[in-house]
Amino acid sequence: MPRLSYRRALTRALADEMTRDESVFLLGEDIRVAAANVTTGLLKKFGPERVLDTPLSEQAFTSFATGAALAGTRPVIEFQIPSLLFLVFEQIVNHAHKFPLMTGGQCAVPVTYLVPGSGSRTGWAGQHSDHPYSLFAHVGVTTVVPATPADAYGLLVSAIRCDDPVVVFAPAGALDVRADVDDLVPVPLGRGCVRRAGTDVTVVAVGHLVHDALAVADELADQVSVEVFDPRTLYPFDWDGLVESVSRTGRLVVVDDSNRSCGMAGEIIATVVERVRLAASPRRVTRPDGAVLPFAPALDRAVQPGREQLSAAIQLCLKDGS
Amino acid sequence: MTDSDPVRLYRTVRLIRRFEERAIDLVRAGEIVGGIHPYLGQEGIAAGVCAALRDGDLVTGTHRGHGHVLAKGADPARMLAELCGRVTGLNRGRGGSMHAADLGVGVLGANAIVGAAGAILTGAVWARRRRGDDLVGATFFGDGAVNEGMLLEAFNLAALWRVPVLFVCENNGYATTMPVAGAVAGTIAGRAAAFGMPATAVDGQDPEEVRATCAAAVARMRAGGGPELVEARTYRFDAHHTFEHRVRLDYRPPEEVAAGRSRDPVDIQGARLPLSVRESVDAEVEAVLDAAVGYALASPAPDPATALEHLYASGLTARTGGG
Repeated sequence: MPRLSYRRALTRALADEMTRDESVFLLGEDIRVAAANVTTGLLKKFGPERVLDTPLSEQAFTSFATGAALAGTRPVIEFQIPSLLFLVFEQIVNHAHKFPLMTGGQCAVPVTYLVPGSGSRTGWAGQHSDHPYSLFAHVGVTTVVPATPADAYGLLVSAIRCDDPVVVFAPAGALDVRADVDDLVPVPLGRGCVRRAGTDVTVVAVGHLVHDALAVADELADQVSVEVFDPRTLYPFDWDGLVESVSRTGRLVVVDDSNRSCGMAGEIIATVVERVRLAASPRRVTRPDGAVLPFAPALDRAVQPGREQLSAAIQLCLKDGS
Repeated sequence: MTDSDPVRLYRTVRLIRRFEERAIDLVRAGEIVGGIHPYLGQEGIAAGVCAALRDGDLVTGTHRGHGHVLAKGADPARMLAELCGRVTGLNRGRGGSMHAADLGVGVLGANAIVGAAGAILTGAVWARRRRGDDLVGATFFGDGAVNEGMLLEAFNLAALWRVPVLFVCENNGYATTMPVAGAVAGTIAGRAAAFGMPATAVDGQDPEEVRATCAAAVARMRAGGGPELVEARTYRFDAHHTFEHRVRLDYRPPEEVAAGRSRDPVDIQGARLPLSVRESVDAEVEAVLDAAVGYALASPAPDPATALEHLYASGLTARTGGG
């Protein structure tokens, strides 16, 4: 059983799709030398026309990709820094996302925006540590946050094959994950999975936090049976899969690396309580409202959702209503 | 091949003129909601540029974009139906005046975010040529767009990668109400020069001059040259938007408007034709637009139950907003 790192899973997905489909090409900053260690080896294999290193012109090359997609290609843009998504939010939302509707279905814009290293990388401070996936779920751009190497491969492949824009957040906190992977296969967009079966409470964990949730579930195993649900795709969300889980456990805790207000956790809780009568008030563990990650490591960690907070939230949820 | 036939050039200018006048009537009648940004006075630019292009070439338009779409060959009846929000419109009633576009004739969207379309067109032309297609593109924008960073970034990408895009600046003197002198440091041509792009100024009121200048630029681009900029000096005869018909904004002196309107592209091109030919084209255009208005007004509005259709090309269905 081969051991695969998260980063190499992304590399494999790019290489496999570029081999399979001539219309797939990459663009981004410093990708020829694989500064983010994701496009490694691809320039040599596919040449500079398909591994297109760009000037620092994020807005222009994001819309350049929109145009290339309108012309029948499938561009994949790598963004080195998650906060660059704020800079190109206009190009993605106002153009790539809106074109199919505004043209009455005359076109498709199949662009993949890949962010290897989203969220905190510890010590990269305020403008390099954001995790803005809730923004894209809010505007209705397909948004995936793979937690494992197998999902990193499978979801990136599905994103590239999707006829709509897709943002792929590869959390910095998951990039060093390695796993035994038997089969590298596409993972369908919009389908979550139960990472750990349990009976007392469903914990929804997003991205790298899946691994924290699994660790907390193990720590609490003698007190509570925790089911860990990994949505994998945040938009469209696998509501049926989650409702099935929560209907069995009757309790819900969400751990989400978004800012609290209007973050993904709020939407998950709202939708579940519309559909399931819970045994206890749901809980969420998130970044604070309006979080800007401070530089000092202790401060950086203090505003990220952590295992202790999750453990406390699970235990509160268990006490409530019992 | 490019079309240097003066009659056809006149017909395009006249078609856009009368289309816009009829659209304004339909705004007043309440058939076009939200108003329009009339292209009146600037018709010679769209007509001249598109006469220098081939059918397979690509263009992007703007919020003041009816002329671009018509000049590239869209059906006026389906265009007018789009403005009226009808299901038979080019965009099935989903785009309206600012986004009316026909990808089938090479219009890659009419983009209402100022300065946004240049990079989109550059990417599209680059991708098609990489595939081996022999084509060029033209992207229209106004004098307001030359202060948008996104457009300047697009200049750089197109010049750096030698993508044959004709950047057509329709300098009508005003970004909404802001005069060029109050907004543009340096010059428009100077921006092109900074990126090593040739720039040519033309009289945008003369359709034939626009056509000839653009045909020469397009020929250089087809021969392997990089992008070029054409600054077409023009004058907007009417409002920035039809809301100005109701709310008078004081930013253009009446004598300036009168002087601007005295150089009418319809008359300038029309004077090159025998009167009988001009009259016959006018009559033919009128018949086309009579039919277009009839078609638009007789077409059904879209069913509200289909409001989310076309949101996703992948077939994804969005949750509705009800309780």
